[in-house]
Amino acid sequence: MFDITPQLFALQLMTGIALGAVYALLAIGLSLIFGMLTVVNFAHGAFFMVGAFLGIYSIALTGSFWFSLLLVPLATGAIGLVCERFLVRPLYGRGLDYPLLLTFGLSYVMIDVMRFTFGIEGLPTSTPPDLRGAVFLGFGYFPLYRLFLIAATAVIVLGLWLFIEKTRYGLIIRAGSRDPEIVKVLGIDIARVWWLVFGIGTAIAGLSGLLAAPTRAVNPEMGIPILAESFVVTVVGGMGSLPGAVVAGLLVGVVFSMTSLLAPEYAELSIFVLMAVVLLIRPQGFFGKAGLMS
Amino acid sequence: MTLSNDHFNSGRRSLIVGGAAVAVAPTLFNVAQAQGATIKIGFPVPLTGPYSSEAQDQVRCAELAIKEFNESGGFNGRKAELLVRDTKLNPGEAATRALELIEKDKVDFMAGSLSAATQLSINAVCRDRKVLFNSISQSDTINEVKDWSMYTFHEALNPHLTAGAVARYAFPKFGKKVVYLTADYAYGQEMVRGFQRAGQSMGMQTLADIRHPIGTADFSAFLPRIQSLKPDILVMNNFGRDQLNAAKQATDFGLKATTKIIAPILLYTARQAGGPEAFEGILGGTSYYWGMEDKVPAAKAFNDKYRKAYGGGVPSDYGALGYAGVRSILQAVREAKSTDSMKVSIALRQMHYNSYKGDQFYRKCDHQSVQSVVIVESKSKNMKDKYDVFNVLAIEPANEKNLRSCEELGHKIST
Repeated sequence: MFDITPQLFALQLMTGIALGAVYALLAIGLSLIFGMLTVVNFAHGAFFMVGAFLGIYSIALTGSFWFSLLLVPLATGAIGLVCERFLVRPLYGRGLDYPLLLTFGLSYVMIDVMRFTFGIEGLPTSTPPDLRGAVFLGFGYFPLYRLFLIAATAVIVLGLWLFIEKTRYGLIIRAGSRDPEIVKVLGIDIARVWWLVFGIGTAIAGLSGLLAAPTRAVNPEMGIPILAESFVVTVVGGMGSLPGAVVAGLLVGVVFSMTSLLAPEYAELSIFVLMAVVLLIRPQGFFGKAGLMS
Repeated sequence: MTLSNDHFNSGRRSLIVGGAAVAVAPTLFNVAQAQGATIKIGFPVPLTGPYSSEAQDQVRCAELAIKEFNESGGFNGRKAELLVRDTKLNPGEAATRALELIEKDKVDFMAGSLSAATQLSINAVCRDRKVLFNSISQSDTINEVKDWSMYTFHEALNPHLTAGAVARYAFPKFGKKVVYLTADYAYGQEMVRGFQRAGQSMGMQTLADIRHPIGTADFSAFLPRIQSLKPDILVMNNFGRDQLNAAKQATDFGLKATTKIIAPILLYTARQAGGPEAFEGILGGTSYYWGMEDKVPAAKAFNDKYRKAYGGGVPSDYGALGYAGVRSILQAVREAKSTDSMKVSIALRQMHYNSYKGDQFYRKCDHQSVQSVVIVESKSKNMKDKYDVFNVLAIEPANEKNLRSCEELGHKIST
């Protein structure tokens, strides 16, 4: 065995949090859409992937990573809006499995569209010049970009929280997820609210794709494994719960990171074991409402 | 980008057309099978999954060998045809596809495979049904007596040879303390063995051998530990997108400042998809790099054929193996004047060939192709065009002595 110094432990923890940040971002979008629309969005990983590809193109065209941070979520959000309006909306009221199967198929369409457009090899990405290199954190060197990833996630989560908790529109969203019927009776166009929520969810998925792109290989299949992991996060955190998505996202990242240190062979398995344990003890997840899926 | 997509599309189309032809074939051509029927070569490769870009180029290059054979008259007027199938990088899937190719499509020979594991399952199927198989993917096991048969040929390098060549070049230069980051399956495990055997006599010290599952997207969790071990050399025994992700993230963590990163196989395709920054300064082995064409005339000829067929592009390392693997079989068909697997096997055993990288031959005891290993380093400056990604540092000439001996592999008769 080897020495686990406090420095190594701290560095490993930071790595886990940075990993968890991406999980949390994806899970927020999933949870938002599920909590509001009761749609299990299987195309979420595909939106993540599209965000990464659009990010590369947007950076190449505009020359600015920062500007792309604005552009990409708008673009994937717009794709999301179109998908909701013409594909998902006709299926409301038909139970959980219809939109699930639809988005599952949609993800394959999106992956194949990208394969035909950009080829299967994937595209090279590089870290934005302002964020290159590693910084000394007092206990070791850590990539600047991953620090930025953690900070960006915090900002996005905070922004979303303020939007949902403190604005009039957020109030409608919260009311709509509690009781759509009453909201309708009050004269609010609930279909429009759902439409926008789907757009916001897919915009965040695209944004997380752009943010994750410099840290990993960008190819049409990149959304597949991360989707499975994000579902683990939403299940652990509680389907439809935003704080659950954040807490569970970070927890899954840290568990993965720590298992990688102690028993690398079991790293992949560890997050599923975590899910199994949580499901046995608290089937609705950390912050989930019981009986939501039934 | 558009150009390569066109190839991909046309590849797909020909796949579909080929598939349709196969579907019709049994009823129409059964009688004509003996004479004038096409020579069918099954080509199971992982078209989807983390090795897909390498597999795609294997298909492009194999098609080139088929085209060349057909344009030069075929064999007694018989043309060759490639039947491409997707193994999905899964040994079970690969075995099923291989079985279908033999039983249903009645292929004469099998080439292809990419992954140490799928080639063994394909080999097992071919061996039992006495169909000649020329593997174009790295493996040590396939030449050992328990997996080997008269029908088994191995066109690719093997881990013992590749890792050995890289170790002989890099270990004396960069220090004694080594950490291995290894994809946890046959390929990675065989590579580690190769490095450690070559390193033994040089007094190399293994600090850690960290195993990760195939298809890992994020290696960051392994990197703090590697950082704290402070190795002189980090050996990345992984492949395809895994290699790309590992290189990228190791660069982010600033590992290159203190550690030389080497890889038994430095992939042209991974370098293309990863960009110069991620691979800067990484050194590794390869069976082929198109830039050898200044030194090797056969490489120039092969590159030109590829450029002409595929809009000015250049072949990748594993792609070139697809070409060589299929070409060898077809050359042997002509020499054996037969499509019988045993007769072609005997012809292959006698063959000395120079398809694309210099002189090669199949060692008689185990049918391993004895060939050169190229040591390359990734460039980040002074690149002439997008294909110019490596510097050729050295070419270790073909030498039987660098292979494990026939006795060690369990073969009774040597040479």
